[in-house]
Amino acid sequence: MTGAPMPVRKPRSVDLAGLGYNVAALVLAIGVAVVIGGLAVELSGHNAISAYRLMLRYAACNQADSSTPCTADSVIDIINRAVPYYLSALAVAIGFRMALFNIGVEGQYRLAAVAAAIAGVEIHLPAVLQVPLMIIIAMAVGAIWAGIAAVLKVTRGVSEVISTIMLNYIALGLISFILSSYLSGNNTDSNNLSIATPDLPSASQMPGFNRLLHDLGLLGSHPDQVPGFLLVAAIIGTVFYFVVERSRFGFDLRASGLNPFAAQAGGVSSARMIVITMLISGALAGLVGLPYLMGQAYSYSSEFPANLGFNGIAVALLGRNKPIGIAFAAVLWGFLERSAQILDLNGIPQEIYVLMQGSIVLAVVVAYEIVRRAKVRRAEREVARQVPEALGGAVEVTA
Amino acid sequence: MTVPEAEAPLAVELVGITKRFPGVVANRDINLRVRRGQVHAVVGENGAGKSTLMKILYGMQRPDEGTIRVDGKEVAFRSPTDAINAGIGMVHQHFMLADNFTVLENVVLGSEPTRAGRLDRAEARRRIRAISDEYGLGVQPDRIVEDLGVGDRQRVEILKVLYRGARILILDEPTAVLVPQEVDELFGNLAELRAEGVTVVFISHKLDEVLKVADAITVIRAGTTVAEVSPADVTPRDLAQLMVGSELPTPETRESTVTDQVQLSVRGVSLDSAAGGRRLLDDVSFDLHRGEVVGIAGIEGNGQAELVELLIGLRTPRTGTVLLGDTDVTDWPTLRRREAGIGYIPEDRHRQGLLLPSPLWENRVLGHQSRPPSVRGIWIDRRSARADTRRIISEYDVRTPGPDTPAFALSGGNQQKFIVGREMSGDPTVLIAAHPTRGVDVGAQAAIWEHLRQARSSGLATLLVSADLEELIGMSDTLYVMLRGALVARLDPASVTPEQLGSYMTGAALAQGAQS
Repeated sequence: MTGAPMPVRKPRSVDLAGLGYNVAALVLAIGVAVVIGGLAVELSGHNAISAYRLMLRYAACNQADSSTPCTADSVIDIINRAVPYYLSALAVAIGFRMALFNIGVEGQYRLAAVAAAIAGVEIHLPAVLQVPLMIIIAMAVGAIWAGIAAVLKVTRGVSEVISTIMLNYIALGLISFILSSYLSGNNTDSNNLSIATPDLPSASQMPGFNRLLHDLGLLGSHPDQVPGFLLVAAIIGTVFYFVVERSRFGFDLRASGLNPFAAQAGGVSSARMIVITMLISGALAGLVGLPYLMGQAYSYSSEFPANLGFNGIAVALLGRNKPIGIAFAAVLWGFLERSAQILDLNGIPQEIYVLMQGSIVLAVVVAYEIVRRAKVRRAEREVARQVPEALGGAVEVTA
Repeated sequence: MTVPEAEAPLAVELVGITKRFPGVVANRDINLRVRRGQVHAVVGENGAGKSTLMKILYGMQRPDEGTIRVDGKEVAFRSPTDAINAGIGMVHQHFMLADNFTVLENVVLGSEPTRAGRLDRAEARRRIRAISDEYGLGVQPDRIVEDLGVGDRQRVEILKVLYRGARILILDEPTAVLVPQEVDELFGNLAELRAEGVTVVFISHKLDEVLKVADAITVIRAGTTVAEVSPADVTPRDLAQLMVGSELPTPETRESTVTDQVQLSVRGVSLDSAAGGRRLLDDVSFDLHRGEVVGIAGIEGNGQAELVELLIGLRTPRTGTVLLGDTDVTDWPTLRRREAGIGYIPEDRHRQGLLLPSPLWENRVLGHQSRPPSVRGIWIDRRSARADTRRIISEYDVRTPGPDTPAFALSGGNQQKFIVGREMSGDPTVLIAAHPTRGVDVGAQAAIWEHLRQARSSGLATLLVSADLEELIGMSDTLYVMLRGALVARLDPASVTPEQLGSYMTGAALAQGAQS
């Protein structure tokens, strides 16, 4: 056997095959969830096929039947739901890539949203400065809150799973405290009993894309905006990809996640990586509440959406911790939530979508593990085929 | 030998055993005949298929083809429990004992004699004593395993198997963890077992030991049995040729290339144990010169691993300094040390050496992520890293389809050659090599030795920590013995024998008054 390496199959085609495996796993998982959801519909005494038809038509068209013309309201709603999930899942995913589990996205985004809501009211700058400033404040608050968990882990060895869960509760208490002290000083209308920050001035609002799309002739008039944060999310997803997959920092991050001992022996400081990654994760978490705050509600209130952080964990899992995968997963989540709303109007319990979300996550975890094993076998076969003696010389007897 | 060989009935007979794993045939057409009351050695290189064969015999794997007969009866084992019921027991290379239990508790664990639902210690103690006396094992049932030495632990493992009624013992590389004196004791025990009619299947790749202890030898190469020989008829050379198809390489270095230029100086380094108790490292001092190989001998767990981790920057000493050239690097982090020219071959390549799921080219980057050709600016330079991985693959003869193959898919020897090639990249001045040829086949071992020799003659200063005494004696220019965290002897590798080295490692030679 010569020492020279043998001609190699193009790496690109190997990657394509790997992608094929992943897509197959995803399709399989969704298939399982569709079957489970369908069974639930049937058990509740309705027809599963027609329920799914209803959901699809409503999601695509915003109409329950084909007699009335389509509108884009459902699509816009799905985008509005998907953007926060996307950001939240990215925040979780960057931790996952180095085997850090930030369960605290929930507390981090809420605290960040409160800070941004107050800053947006109290600071008066032109919109071009005000909007970026609010984004920076939110990211900073999220990072600081996650940073507490990082410092505890590095200095005292506290598991980030425990500390971030606990910090979620502390964050909720802190928010109540901040809101009550802030509002008692500011609320001039003593008859107003609802707990909400004052509405953001227009300089603090994130513009949407509706006017641009309208001028381009792509969209009629709609009550809901195509969110401006769609662009922010796309930019962050792109940056995420290049930083994690292509940069030296990303290499250190992934190495620490795959084998922390080898990473340390290779000169990667685990303490430094934990702190930086947690700060990034928290900063991304800080963005999660902003699309709603700055583009829809314009104030932080007791009705502010909850569970965006926890859903982000599921979305990240589904998207394999990669920006493209997460984008699909976030849209799927938004689609299920939106399309399920039509079910209630037809007497079918809409909680079916929660059932489907859960089944998808469960099925996809199983499916990805099957895919992983298939890939391992494929790689081993590849080596055995191309380099027969590489596995202890056991294939060809060279007597 | 108590029974004439030809007349003793067969205790174990394997006929035409074949076992396939995806993409590879681990065993093909294996034939093995072991006569009752004999010590039968199975020899072969690492990766030749010995372990798979023994797992088949012990019921851990099921063969795809072939038959197994025990005492003339055909059997089909579904699990080790079936094998134990048929009187076959296995002593694993790595002991499976609970340290904080007594010998008695360890022996009965899983097959406890009970009286009225409670552990019948008296009965257990009586049986253990009886077995120990019958086979001359000298095992004391009430000692805590933690307090026992390696040889004693091994005897406990053997007794544990006999306690379960085994009449056929499989010993998997039993001498790998023993110093020469303990090996002699083990061979004494084996003689007793044989005298009492117990059959022993002895797996090894150490030829001189095999020739000393075995009544019959079966050689495995490339997954199949290539010869059955009598130890009286063969020399170690003959066996070696049967095993590898060529002569065994030797770890001899040639003329000295040691210079007087100190490349790495360790001065008075101590390290406390986190749990308290005796120090992990106790006032360790030595110099490593340009072109020199300094060997560290010692039984595992005497501070070698801690010394290695300290030198690469994974631990910080309580006192003492480490100088790289003239620079004090005691407080430097790992990456800075690597950038300054220290290479590191870790003792456990899977734990510290590789990102197993990642392609080889990413593994090439590991440890070099701050230097060309791995990076350009803040970005990983994929193209250069791949190209340099191809260089390592060809220069170090790494058998792989290419740089995009994930690391786990390679055999141990090829993984290790790749690590050696990576650590030699970027022109290091100092190499910390911990067990560089552990668990690799003879071919890879010879290649790694040759690379270390070449690097030495071009000026690399190497610290070699190893459990392979031949390797230490053959490769080192200077040899230290480490015991309980301290360097207790400095020996001349040109004149020391493995037996002498072994007695220093256990502390026996020092207790005798250190005549040298």
